[in-house]
Amino acid sequence: MGNALQDDALQNNSTLLGTDELVLNMGPQHPSTHGVLRVKLKLDGERVRGTECVIGYLHRGVEKIAENRTYQQVAPYVDRMDYVAAVSNGLGYCEAVEKLLNVEAPPRARVIRVILTELQRIASHLVWLGTHALDIGALTPLFYCMREREEILKIFEKYCGARLTTHAFRIGGLQYESYDGFEKDVERFCLDFERRIQEYVDLLTGNSIWIGRTRNVGVLNAADCIALGASGPILRAAGVKWDLRKAQPYAAYDQYKFEIPVGTNGDTYDRYMVRIEEMRQSRLICLQAIEKIPEGAIMGKVGKVIKPPAGEVYHSIEAPKGILGYYIVSDASTQPYRVRIRPPSFINLQALDKMVRGHLVADVVAIIGTLDIVLGEVDR
Amino acid sequence: MADESKPPQSPDSQKPESGTAPASPAAKTPATPAPPVAAKPAPPPPKPPAPVQIPLDNELTRRYREQFGAAILDALEDRKQAYLVIDAAQLKEIALYSRDFEKFDLLEDFTAVDWPRREKRFDLVAILYSFPHNTRLRLKIPVAENERPVSLVEVWPTADWLEREIYDMFGVEFSGHPGLKRILLPDGWQGHPLRKDYDILLQDNAWVRENLGIDSGQ
Repeated sequence: MGNALQDDALQNNSTLLGTDELVLNMGPQHPSTHGVLRVKLKLDGERVRGTECVIGYLHRGVEKIAENRTYQQVAPYVDRMDYVAAVSNGLGYCEAVEKLLNVEAPPRARVIRVILTELQRIASHLVWLGTHALDIGALTPLFYCMREREEILKIFEKYCGARLTTHAFRIGGLQYESYDGFEKDVERFCLDFERRIQEYVDLLTGNSIWIGRTRNVGVLNAADCIALGASGPILRAAGVKWDLRKAQPYAAYDQYKFEIPVGTNGDTYDRYMVRIEEMRQSRLICLQAIEKIPEGAIMGKVGKVIKPPAGEVYHSIEAPKGILGYYIVSDASTQPYRVRIRPPSFINLQALDKMVRGHLVADVVAIIGTLDIVLGEVDR
Repeated sequence: MADESKPPQSPDSQKPESGTAPASPAAKTPATPAPPVAAKPAPPPPKPPAPVQIPLDNELTRRYREQFGAAILDALEDRKQAYLVIDAAQLKEIALYSRDFEKFDLLEDFTAVDWPRREKRFDLVAILYSFPHNTRLRLKIPVAENERPVSLVEVWPTADWLEREIYDMFGVEFSGHPGLKRILLPDGWQGHPLRKDYDILLQDNAWVRENLGIDSGQ
């Protein structure tokens, strides 16, 4: 009798064992979504057939707040978007307002900006590498990465007193002179760092588990990158040799020699290689920059009250995550009429759907990791 | 706090949409270290400021004008950055032309600005970048409050979330968008926060009234 029931069940298994798509919620409280990202996965077995991102859990209304603050008061707020790369956010904002005012930061300020921003790029990539490797199952790199990042944060702390949300720059230049021994600290870090990168590479690059988990996972080719607006290392891993620091140099980047690393396949492994190489290049930029930091003022001619002439400006920089843009409209008052921030993480995250389709659930974790999103910036 | 409640009083006449000289009451001479600033001045017409937006006439704008004629309402340059003011009715054609013929292959950003006193209240702003030419161009599309501009998702897929954000923050509805719903704010949210008539304390006060039964002390 039992058998008859079983046979019956097997014949009607379409009703008893449903094979419908299953919708699975991932996040917002999930350790590998790097914050409060919620992804609704449409699953067919273990395969992902579609996704829907639910974001906004960390929305603080930075753009609205900015309209109700003076230009100087906005600067600390932008640090809180991409909080693992606060210095880069500040650089973009300060330069955008400077463009709006038609002033330039003095050469000394620009070079110190480059040094700090490149250190920040390394720090940001280290956070990415450590957590990305952790997500995939490699525990050790996280400790190594945090160890080196600590050195960078110490430099920030000595420079401006803050480690994370630094507010390192001011509109028109810098608030603080570099401290005694700044160059030495940066040099010591950079000289040591080459060996450290080699440690990460030894742990991961040839590791067959790492390769198995990353190669051909989350492929995004160049055409798709451009159509979806994905920028930064994601675009370069797809083989597009393009970097705003070279294409439209800002700060003092035109003075330094560095390479733009590119990948070929646009998969997770290539993005890993590109970011590793970017850390090496950032290190080289820092070494070149500390060799001769120009003497002189650190603050340009900016009044105490910032009141740009009416009009608008768009300025974008190559942040660690991609194109970070600021579109600022002035109505000739002391408060911006509109501040629009083009967040790289938000736009890169849009590519997630395309990248995960057809992959296994476990790969979703790898792909979220490789996108290198920070939810503070996605949600603003 | 004084700066908390900036009323939507900023006159927005400094962007001449019809090519007239920018007679901007609010704009003053550039970046003189200003005396202590009081609250925003009710516009007493000062001497005409140096025009920051200057008419632009180059190869690129000529090609656009040739192609679209009257749909290009204006071509201006502000701080050496070019922008075209275009008619929303031809938005898609101009977008396609920009992508395919002028090689603006990246929609770097798409956003909006609210000018409540204008007849066409919103300026949609599309920031285009061309990889082959390494140049940028902004398209500015004035739309009225109840107008439904065409969605650009088919031209640049990246416009999907960007248009959702514009809808979320400004309430501009795009026709032909595959799934136009709020993106950053919860679905049940009232109003569109980046409109100028949305006070920054509105939400706060409403919550306090509703849940605590008192008027907010802010």
